[in-house]
Amino acid sequence: MKIQVLGTGCAKCKQLTANAQAAIAEAGLAASVEKVEDLREIMKFGVMTTPALVIDGKVRAAGKVLSPADIRVLLAKYREPV
Amino acid sequence: MSAPARQRLEAAEADSASGRQPSGAGRTTAMHVLALAAWVALYMLNGQASEWLAFRVIALSRTSRLGSALAFFLYEVPKVLLLLVLVVFVVGVIRSFFTPERTRSLLAGRREAAGNVLAALLGVVTPFCSCSAVPLFIGFVEAGIPLGVTLSFLISAPMVNEVALVLLFGLFGWKVAALYLGTGLVIAIGAGFILGRMRLERFVEPWVYEMTAAQAASDDAQVPFEERLTRGRQAIREIVGKVWPYVVAGIAVGAGIHGYVPEGVLAGIMGRSAWWSVPAAVLLGVPMYSNAAGIIPVVQALLEKGAALGTVLAFMMAVIGLSLPETIILRRVLRPPLIAAFVGVVAVGILAVGYLFNAVL
Repeated sequence: MKIQVLGTGCAKCKQLTANAQAAIAEAGLAASVEKVEDLREIMKFGVMTTPALVIDGKVRAAGKVLSPADIRVLLAKYREPV
Repeated sequence: MSAPARQRLEAAEADSASGRQPSGAGRTTAMHVLALAAWVALYMLNGQASEWLAFRVIALSRTSRLGSALAFFLYEVPKVLLLLVLVVFVVGVIRSFFTPERTRSLLAGRREAAGNVLAALLGVVTPFCSCSAVPLFIGFVEAGIPLGVTLSFLISAPMVNEVALVLLFGLFGWKVAALYLGTGLVIAIGAGFILGRMRLERFVEPWVYEMTAAQAASDDAQVPFEERLTRGRQAIREIVGKVWPYVVAGIAVGAGIHGYVPEGVLAGIMGRSAWWSVPAAVLLGVPMYSNAAGIIPVVQALLEKGAALGTVLAFMMAVIGLSLPETIILRRVLRPPLIAAFVGVVAVGILAVGYLFNAVL
């Protein structure tokens, strides 16, 4: 599973990255969190608000700092069946 | 926020978290009605309670400097924080209806004049954080929204914000708050329109136009009403949680000025007779950022001591609307001549507002 956090480096983006890492640890998943900070890369995902959470290449949330619990819900919902 | 109010909010939150079933919906709504009733009671009791605390419990003299400063502080802090909680909640609920994606589709295909008006109005109700200014700018441009219309949005979104309006309403009254809202919108519409006419598209970084729009699906079309109430509560936590120390600190400084600075002392420096006070206020305001919550109470006290309203309005608009960090962020997509035109046109608008109100009022 691939998780990406889109954001240009503001406080909210850092918080979302930390929350995503916490969610993975809580759920005991083998996944890494990648931060995407380059604007052009971010824009390729078509988001207009940051921070955004991308799970396996799809934008699942944008413009808000999700809590680790919220992220776990999204992970359970959108994880690709292995 | 007072401790009981916070407990109530947390209780309401726990309630809505556990009660996602249909039967929970009625209870969640009931909790919000109760919270509103408590809010009204607290707001109405605040005047008497603060008087009682300052003059009975602490037993200060009504005429002493310390007494008048402390009574001011004890009355204004709960009042402004209560107003903030209510308005931020209501605005949070309203904003759940306006996502940036929806605003973009409302603006796409509009022509300039009408588009500028709509963009400025949508700037007030669309959730906006200056850290998203660049992706938002690119998203708008990709959708074919004219540059001037996009700039109207980017001027209005930070300048006309709910925290500033609440503080203006609470400390200056509804007339000043309405003036601020009205003139803020006029500046956003006018400056965006003028910048659009200046044909500055060539000063947008070229890669912006090379981006192809990848539309992200927005799943906000069908949001249950309870979820909107939750967004309102989140807004309270995020916004009030962040600005309250500035509000308290600002009111403390304001209270000090209120009690200790003699009447009329500022008339010479910030009064309407000093022509240079408006540009000085704008120059002073631009580098200040996001501390509007702390600055407005100070400014209110200054006004009381003889500063002119136009100067004060210009100062606040410069602080909130023309921020240095935001222009630095926008520099990634806008080249210096466009940045300069943007700052210049908005600054001229703010100066005009300052002089207008100094002349009229």
